[in-house]
Amino acid sequence: MDYTEFTKARRFRERFAINILRSIAMISILTTIAILFFLFYETFNFFTNEMEDGGFVKPWEFLFGTKWTPLFKPQSFGILPLVAGTLLVTIIAVIVALILGLSISVFLSEYAPENIRRIIKPILEVLAGIPTVVYGYFALTFVTPIIMNIVGSFGGNIIIFNALSAGLVMGLMITPMVSTISEDALISVPQSLRDASYAMGAKKFQTAFRVVVPAALSGISASVILGISRAIGETMIVTIAAGSTPNFTFNPLESIQAMTAFIVQISLGEAPHGSLEYNTIFAVGLLLFMMTLSLNIFGKWLVSKYSENY
Amino acid sequence: MKTEKLSFKRRTRIDYFVNYLLFFSVVIAFITLASLIIDIFSDGWKWFDWQFFNSYPSRKPELAGIKAAFYGTIWVMSITALLSIPIGISTALYLEMFADDSKFNKFIKVNISNLAGVPSIIYGIIGMAIFVEFFQMGRVILAGALTMTLLILPIIIIASQEAIKQVPSYYMDAALALGATKWQAVVKVILPQSIPGMVSGFILAMSRAIGESAPMIAISALVYITFLPEGPLDRFTVMPIQIYNWISQPQDDFRGIAAAGIILLLIMLLSLNSLAIFLRDYFQRRN
Repeated sequence: MDYTEFTKARRFRERFAINILRSIAMISILTTIAILFFLFYETFNFFTNEMEDGGFVKPWEFLFGTKWTPLFKPQSFGILPLVAGTLLVTIIAVIVALILGLSISVFLSEYAPENIRRIIKPILEVLAGIPTVVYGYFALTFVTPIIMNIVGSFGGNIIIFNALSAGLVMGLMITPMVSTISEDALISVPQSLRDASYAMGAKKFQTAFRVVVPAALSGISASVILGISRAIGETMIVTIAAGSTPNFTFNPLESIQAMTAFIVQISLGEAPHGSLEYNTIFAVGLLLFMMTLSLNIFGKWLVSKYSENY
Repeated sequence: MKTEKLSFKRRTRIDYFVNYLLFFSVVIAFITLASLIIDIFSDGWKWFDWQFFNSYPSRKPELAGIKAAFYGTIWVMSITALLSIPIGISTALYLEMFADDSKFNKFIKVNISNLAGVPSIIYGIIGMAIFVEFFQMGRVILAGALTMTLLILPIIIIASQEAIKQVPSYYMDAALALGATKWQAVVKVILPQSIPGMVSGFILAMSRAIGESAPMIAISALVYITFLPEGPLDRFTVMPIQIYNWISQPQDDFRGIAAAGIILLLIMLLSLNSLAIFLRDYFQRRN
């Protein structure tokens, strides 16, 4: 074999290897296709599968109905109670994460000296790495009794499984995420803006809240939107601490059921393939997927916007 | 707000106040973490013994143990690592080294970052639809591991891409200048250089996977397993499911058992994370 033939063979082998890498990279596309296909396919089955009374679920009844009783008669598939449950917990979580996460990020980027930063960052990383089932346990056995004592001492009524406890703990769970993305946005604000503010005689709090935070606003909003998306898709905290009673309410002291908690409830019972319950989790899943996907796309668009600015 | 009219003294005082107010939020996060750990250890420490580690689940709290779930976790994680690491590295190498700027390749990149944001429970029900039902595997370890692979692949790909980007471009230039083909340069120069960065990413992805409960519940459901899995086609349970199972029991003693399971889970995660940090520092110092 002479030299040119040798290089030719090698070039062929290498092109072959690169093509293998390319086909492996296609797995991520196949995953997306599979997710979309099965969500839509089983949702289609959901709308064409007979209910126990012989009728079919109508799409608008599914989207705008306020009664969710898939497991007992008469069956009713209005998803709004689940959506309300998810939103209620998410709102509480986002309020907590916004207050804590934004304060922490401003403190880290504007106030904290390097040695304190080096202590705080690992604490946030640990908080971010705790499994959600552990947060659920914490909500149920630690936060809920405290809330029950406080509400009870004011003579209020509260159930063990409530949206408030789950929301507060979920807020803690997404705080590291919100503070990390916000901090990145704050740090990427050019030093010259801060210098200009100080030169005008502003103190640190004025510089931080009237110059730096407004300049980083799109990044901060992105952190909140990605946090919302994370909270909507979170499963174990709401399953353990918020209950399993689909309840069309915005009272945080009541027991609710989130969309993800419903999926878990059905999954635990090994719903038989092809049954209406089996299809139901995909219909709920599709709505969940649409909500988180649109929030993620919007959040990432905001992040790319602030990184363009400076 | 008319801060312009505030005296210098007053503004200095506000500045102090704001500083401590912001620091207070850090303190809240710290106190919460501390009370979480204290809560779990005070509930679970008295159950955390050899008997707990070496027993199968039981209806009696004093006999219940985590053995089956621990082995289930090890099985699922080993297969997940075996599948996801080679696929992740290959995809990252292709995207960073061989992919041109075509629309299709850009689409793959955007797609991966979107997949990373899909809620884990969605991966669970999709894994159930594909592996358990469509491929008729049943609710077995392999189905769980394949689902987990899909879930952590985006994380592994993104971490590997970051590691590849860290390798200075003159390594590539030097290899090409010496007459290496692009493939040789990538496989023999870029890949070995980026492996240290990848390893800590892999470990963090695995520790994320160990703690995932929702997708595993969709695959394995709530089973009562009193045997050790012997192969990838056996039914299984994993630690987070077992812990969730104990949390939802009505007896108080099972809360303690759940806390003991959480202690074991946290110890595993902590050792994995320390290993990641240690390896990162080790490789940094070596370079």
